[in-house]
Amino acid sequence: MSDVNTARGVQRSLIGRLWRHKSARWAAAIILLLVVAAIFGPMLTSYTGSEQLDIVKLKNMPPSWHHPLGTDQYSRDLLTRVLLGARISLAVATLAVLMSMTVGTAYGLISGYAGGVVDSIMMRVLDGFLSIPRVLLLIAVLTLWNPVPLSGLIVLLGATGWFGVSRIVRTQTMTTRHVEFVDAARALGASDTRIVWRHLLPNIITPVIVTATLAVGNVIALEAGLSYLGVGAREPTPSWGSIFLDGVEFFAGNWWVVLFPGIAIVATVLAFNVLGDALRDVLDPRQLHGGPALPAGKPAPSSNANAPLTLGTDPIQNG
Amino acid sequence: MRRRLAARLLQSLIVVIIVTTISFFVIRAAPGDPFSYDSPTITPAIRAHWRAQFGYDKPLPTQFARYAVSVAHGQLGYSFPMHEPVTEALAAAVPRTLLLAGLSLALSFVFGVIIGVIQATRRDGWFDRVSSAILLFFYSLPDFWGALMILLLFAYWWPILPAGNIVDPVLHDYMGTWDAFADRARHLVLPVLSFTLLTMAGITRYQRAAMLDTLPADYIRTARAKGLSERRIIWHHALRTALTPMVALLGLMLPALLGGALFVEKVFDWPGMGLLAANAISARDYDLVTATVIVGSIMVVIGNLAADLLHMALDPRVRE
Repeated sequence: MSDVNTARGVQRSLIGRLWRHKSARWAAAIILLLVVAAIFGPMLTSYTGSEQLDIVKLKNMPPSWHHPLGTDQYSRDLLTRVLLGARISLAVATLAVLMSMTVGTAYGLISGYAGGVVDSIMMRVLDGFLSIPRVLLLIAVLTLWNPVPLSGLIVLLGATGWFGVSRIVRTQTMTTRHVEFVDAARALGASDTRIVWRHLLPNIITPVIVTATLAVGNVIALEAGLSYLGVGAREPTPSWGSIFLDGVEFFAGNWWVVLFPGIAIVATVLAFNVLGDALRDVLDPRQLHGGPALPAGKPAPSSNANAPLTLGTDPIQNG
Repeated sequence: MRRRLAARLLQSLIVVIIVTTISFFVIRAAPGDPFSYDSPTITPAIRAHWRAQFGYDKPLPTQFARYAVSVAHGQLGYSFPMHEPVTEALAAAVPRTLLLAGLSLALSFVFGVIIGVIQATRRDGWFDRVSSAILLFFYSLPDFWGALMILLLFAYWWPILPAGNIVDPVLHDYMGTWDAFADRARHLVLPVLSFTLLTMAGITRYQRAAMLDTLPADYIRTARAKGLSERRIIWHHALRTALTPMVALLGLMLPALLGGALFVEKVFDWPGMGLLAANAISARDYDLVTATVIVGSIMVVIGNLAADLLHMALDPRVRE
């Protein structure tokens, strides 16, 4: 137990158990491949993403030997653009999720640890945030802030993604706050800061990891959607969503422009969802979603009516 | 019970106030205002004049007070691109969104619950594996891309259904009652299909989990011991308990659902709230987008309230 209570212990046991999880291995391999492709891919193709090769002869060409994914309406090589798009989409999503997890964890920790009036006020405000449809809010902000720089997009996605996780962290904090080892630490004279950092945080971090993994996939899809609406990443920066925008106008005629970046998105989101599910299987001691660690038919120790919801690591709640 | 109800209503009202406040300030935090767009013909003097005319030159707290007062009076501003008050544009659009989202939600709930229950009862069997994999795929589809692919499939490659809009823009007015109804129904199929497929996956996952949580319970064993048929045990006894948290889930899903509706509406040109918001982007229809955020949030709050009340009615444990 003492081993699991330190962040390093969690990490070590986590990787080992994940490795034994078959679908997690696949998902991790796909994500790794994507990251490698995003970093090195654009160097290996013989085109640059913004180069207009021949706007007469090479416009809207279907997939061929020289252009495995075809070209878009500006005669740019689609493979290069999809690979470049991987950079933008993955980077934007990772940074945005990092930001929202940090903010959400801090908010939840403060609210759960403080308790009382502070907690009630913070929770009512959170109720407000949770009621606002994220996409509508983002569109409203981006209508004014248009065109938005990539950094602004990251901040906006991060700033609107922390509500779900802070609620989970708060619940975890409240249950952990009065566990014996925390009381012991307090009795030994540990400061609040030390208790939060050394004792609470390592114990609440696991659902955050799961949520973060699922959120990366979610944010990639969201960013693509915003770019598709014309308020996300902008020309000539190719994100997976902005590539669509070029093709969607007459997409029955050049379906490859819509299809291939879409497959890239679906593969990525799927990989992050599978990895997130596997992480939950491995990390969640209650095993509500049924993982390999729990033999079938064994009663789950929870009888809480809200159990599937308090788990809360599902992207549904992250909007 | 009544006191609890009153408290819950009051809480919803407070959330609405908080939502309006948050929306106002978050949107205002964006750099730029409705008059800051690039245009060579608009001089700084004209911009300043407009800002003064619409109160954008006042300090932010004053602006907020004015906005709050007008929202409280049910006035959400004026849409210049649409030449009508925002409330009128929304009044026409919201029922269409409710029709699309309501129908899809009902369908995805029914199918999601059925599939989730079958999955849970035959856990790790072939049906569980195959359907879970397929649903995880749909779950991972970005809303707009899933809708686009369905549009491509059934309206272009195999054109059996109309590509968009709620009725045929030319012929509908000349149709008889029955044909007009059929026309409406035909236009509903693809958006509802897309929306249902995209929503169903999440519901199924939760239903499966809730069912797996319920099946090992003691009273299920008792029912088995009493010799009830397996079908009765699962569909009457277990499902009743497993459905209750699903009601609360519906409340939590609403914001994401409205977001999904936006993309489906945009793809299928369905003139609801989402399309209104999506089109407001390029038209810089500032009052309209702000209003959609607030109206959308209020819809979520009301939906949450309804889900909570239903949850209370269904589950005696929540009532205390």
